[in-house]
Amino acid sequence: MNKIEAKNVDFYYGTFHALKGINITIPNNEVVAFIGPSGCGKSTFLRLFNRMNDLIPGARLTGQVLIDGQDIYEKGVDVDVLRRGVGMVFQRPNPFPKSIFENVAYGLRVNGIKDKDFIRQRVEEALTSAALWNEVKDKLKESAYALSGGQQQRLCIARAMAVQPSVLLMDEPASALDPISTAKIEELICELSSQTTIVIVTHSMQQAARVSNKTAFFYLGEMVEYGETKKIFTNPEKEATQNYITGRFG
Amino acid sequence: MKKWIDRIARRIFTLSGFVTSVVILLIIGFLFSEAAGLFRQPIVEEGYVLALNKENDVDRLSAEQIKQLFDEDITNWKELGGKDMPVKVFRLEDLDHLYTEEELGAEYEHAGEKIAEQVRQTPGIIAFVPKVLVEGERDIHLVPDHTIPIKDVLLGTEWYPTATPSPIFGILPLLSGTLWVSFFAILIALPFGLAISIYLAEVAPPAVSKVLKPVIELLNGIPSVVYGFFGLAVIVPLLQQTFNLPVGESGLAGSLVLALMALPTIITVSEDAMRNCPRTMREASLALGATHWQTIYKVVVPYSVSGITSGVVLGIGRAVGETMAVLMVTGNAAVIPTSILEPLRTIPATIAAELGEAPAGGAHYQSLFLLGVILFFITLIINSCVEIVSARNKTKR
Repeated sequence: MNKIEAKNVDFYYGTFHALKGINITIPNNEVVAFIGPSGCGKSTFLRLFNRMNDLIPGARLTGQVLIDGQDIYEKGVDVDVLRRGVGMVFQRPNPFPKSIFENVAYGLRVNGIKDKDFIRQRVEEALTSAALWNEVKDKLKESAYALSGGQQQRLCIARAMAVQPSVLLMDEPASALDPISTAKIEELICELSSQTTIVIVTHSMQQAARVSNKTAFFYLGEMVEYGETKKIFTNPEKEATQNYITGRFG
Repeated sequence: MKKWIDRIARRIFTLSGFVTSVVILLIIGFLFSEAAGLFRQPIVEEGYVLALNKENDVDRLSAEQIKQLFDEDITNWKELGGKDMPVKVFRLEDLDHLYTEEELGAEYEHAGEKIAEQVRQTPGIIAFVPKVLVEGERDIHLVPDHTIPIKDVLLGTEWYPTATPSPIFGILPLLSGTLWVSFFAILIALPFGLAISIYLAEVAPPAVSKVLKPVIELLNGIPSVVYGFFGLAVIVPLLQQTFNLPVGESGLAGSLVLALMALPTIITVSEDAMRNCPRTMREASLALGATHWQTIYKVVVPYSVSGITSGVVLGIGRAVGETMAVLMVTGNAAVIPTSILEPLRTIPATIAAELGEAPAGGAHYQSLFLLGVILFFITLIINSCVEIVSARNKTKR
């Protein structure tokens, strides 16, 4: 069962051709990593899945992006509903200027859930699944900014998980964190993959190798190679991939 | 060589900083010392005394009582706790009606005697006369003078700075006028300012905000007298018609003009604050399925709340200290306002209007400095509030 499917996707920022004819299928409940040098289009591609690029003036897309068989760029698609099902974690921790509890409850509240007991239960579940519950359970009322960077990032993961998305997009989630926090996030990705499909953009090839089942290598707006992570890292088909993973460029 | 330039530059900066600070402190010191002088002024105009008949045992009169006596609002000494006798007001001019020039003498040398004579003859008399004339006279009762009490100034409900024989400096009408006008100005300006800044920062297409923002900033540069003129020509008649008022000059007219003047500040500062809200913060909210509007009021506005507060406070600061426009449209009646549709008078307008006619060093002059001090404290309090609010927001972050 394919969760996400992209067909002949071309994407432009104004006149800049950022993504060129990309086709990919992402299976349910797997972790897929996008790797590639800076500016290769991997983040742009990731942000197509929850229509985050809609916010950029002059952005244009041709081709189809399907989630659960539904074209998300079709007319009449409710973007808010789409984004409820497709969570996102960003490069830098970006908690809201609210308490820890309210940060996690935010997604539930904006989607109209008022039942306090339900929210409390969901917040606890989300924080537990983000391996943060034990660290914050006594200070839920405190500001999210009181947490360390790594804790903040896990809070952002909990925030995304609280609405129980079927897809979780992660845009270099550990690039601003120290090694210990990074290890925690990676552990978390493995655990969460049982509940949700995860697409992760990363700069670190080791990270891609550690957490993902499948890896796609992007270069200059094209998807050069896509396959089982093991195969990409041990026996890539294309020379560009080989050069990149062996550190000859990028 | 480089080192020398470095040292000289540092000296210059230190010196200019030091000089500026000292000058500011001197100004504040001057303000305070002039204002404090008011409380050393006698109640009755300097050089004059109030003379009573010997029979009359009233010994202390407040400025307000004196004013009521001379306005003939108090007509019997009973009302002041004295004996039951009618009040007879006597001023220096009355002397000319009672006596011929010869009797008084060419140089008024007999005036003192004649005054004393009148005072002795009339049991209920109160005479307001120059001190030099009656100093030597016996058998009259001079009311002992005292200095203006602080309480009467700070809690006084009447402002008659030019009343004779004793001016009244109750600042409450002016203070309440200022606060009242500013309060309504902010009440009007805040929702509009916030709405416009949200529109500019979040909703408007870039082309629109590119044009609109400089236009709004331009409004900041219009001199306040022009706003006052506009208020006088447009807002005042409009209010008079809509609310069917006897006069259109009212607190509301002042508030509207001030709101208009505070708007550009509120808009530009809070719009900047909202634009400074990081994009990822917005995206995080949208990525959770929040609508644009939910993102604005649940994330963008709370994030920029300290910027918005400082915009609002700068706006209030302008409203509280604004002089000219308010002077032109509020009607300047120094009474404690009971509704916003009445004429009222603010502290800065009072200073501007009265400083020209107050003799330097006199009680009136000093009372205007006192008003300045009070204005200073109002803005000080407002600024401290901002500091506290933004400091609290910073620790939250």
